[in-house]
Amino acid sequence: MRRSRARALHAAVIALSALPAGVLALRAARGTLGAEPIETLTHETGQWALRFLLLSLAVTPARRLLRAPFLAPWRRSLGLAAFGYACLHLSVYLALDQVFDWSAVVEDVAERPYVTAGATALLCLVPLAATSTRGAQRRLGGRRWRNLHRLAYAAAAAAVVHFLWLVKADLREPLLYAGVLAALLGARLLPERGAS
Amino acid sequence: MPIRIANAWDAPEREVTPEALWLRRREFLRGAGLAAGALLLPACGRTESGAVAAGPSPVRGPDGFTTDEPATAFEAASSYNNFYEFGTDKEDPAERAGSLVTRPWSVRVDGEVAKPGTIPLEDLLAPHPSEERVYRLRCVEAWSMVIPWRGIPLGALLRRLEPTSRAKFVAFETLLDPEQMPGQRRSVLDWPYREGLRIDEAMHPLALLATGMYGRDLPNQNGAPLRLVVPWKYGFKSIKSIVRISLVEQQPPATWNQQAPDEYGFYSNVNPDVDHPRWSQRSERRVGELRRRPTLPFNGYAEQVAGLYAGMDLRKHF
Repeated sequence: MRRSRARALHAAVIALSALPAGVLALRAARGTLGAEPIETLTHETGQWALRFLLLSLAVTPARRLLRAPFLAPWRRSLGLAAFGYACLHLSVYLALDQVFDWSAVVEDVAERPYVTAGATALLCLVPLAATSTRGAQRRLGGRRWRNLHRLAYAAAAAAVVHFLWLVKADLREPLLYAGVLAALLGARLLPERGAS
Repeated sequence: MPIRIANAWDAPEREVTPEALWLRRREFLRGAGLAAGALLLPACGRTESGAVAAGPSPVRGPDGFTTDEPATAFEAASSYNNFYEFGTDKEDPAERAGSLVTRPWSVRVDGEVAKPGTIPLEDLLAPHPSEERVYRLRCVEAWSMVIPWRGIPLGALLRRLEPTSRAKFVAFETLLDPEQMPGQRRSVLDWPYREGLRIDEAMHPLALLATGMYGRDLPNQNGAPLRLVVPWKYGFKSIKSIVRISLVEQQPPATWNQQAPDEYGFYSNVNPDVDHPRWSQRSERRVGELRRRPTLPFNGYAEQVAGLYAGMDLRKHF
């Protein structure tokens, strides 16, 4: 693929990753978030964070499978989108749901395992977002950077557990995400075809 | 004893307005006004299923039972529902409950009663004047609503069924029909949905068998044509679309209690001091509001019902 087309495609991916946030903002402005708007915002931002995280983890297997090197920069963009939605998710929880009731927040994180799992997922993403620049990659060195960024799998696992533990009876959705994550992890553990 | 020979033009006794009702005729009018007001809500024009209640308008329930807090918007109360028989998303019941056929409907009455049998819904309800009660509803998921119900006191109905002395609990069952209730095609819960109350809880004047809300018949997604409303307990106790009422000697099985006994107790009284193992019950969000509000013991009905549980450890019997 020509370099200019690859760039345009990457730009389109970045723009598309902002789309769910845009739709949510529009729905909020028009009052069409349903009977429980705060709950809708919480669920939607959380699910998009998980989806983008899994998408970013899918980039390397897809790049190898399709022999499509132009996909490589998508990984960072999709990962940063995941971090963005995770931050929105946290903000909705802190500012709208709990309205900065810090004692309730501390109690949630300490005593509710599903909140602890969610907080863990987000904490895993922080160093990844912080070292997502080319400069940071250079300073850390390839091997150390790669090792650090395996945390993305831990973040995804914690996020899936966060989802699983908050569901009341219908486990289909979180199990679907768990299945996708397992497949992606499996794809990375299989011996690589040729050198990457 | 005076002998009274009825004139042909006399109204039969059954048509005479009971004095108690007559004395409260102003409340009656207020209730009618509320019902008429509900008709003017924009949301009401929308639903086909929401045939407006025929017959006399209900009277208001006993004082202290009806809250004057503003009612949740009908639109929200009829579109944000947990009714897993139609799917596990909150929007599913409103979208999918149209397949439920609520007429004709009958209720099987069995167990420790004088005359067990299957009774058409109209006959079951006929002797009891319906009442309007505005109740708080607190879901175990920490959201709440205020809903104007129409219904009959459960206790009045149970007394008419003449429970035997062995009747210690009342068990309820929802319709089991995967054709009409597509959510039952998957075993998310152990169908049919079952719930139960201790007999003294069931006899408590707050316990209501509802047939309507907001001055109209219950929408299917809210448990048409007959549902329980037990306002001091978490919402899942208020079983919907009831087809069976049994008076029993032993504590009956209850669906969520069986599903996760450590999370949902048989009693499930609203209690801010006993957290759900996975989330806090200290506060709740009233649907339509943004700020959380503190959850009250027994959902604010402690004065009326706390006595039912005197001497019980409510942490153990949660």
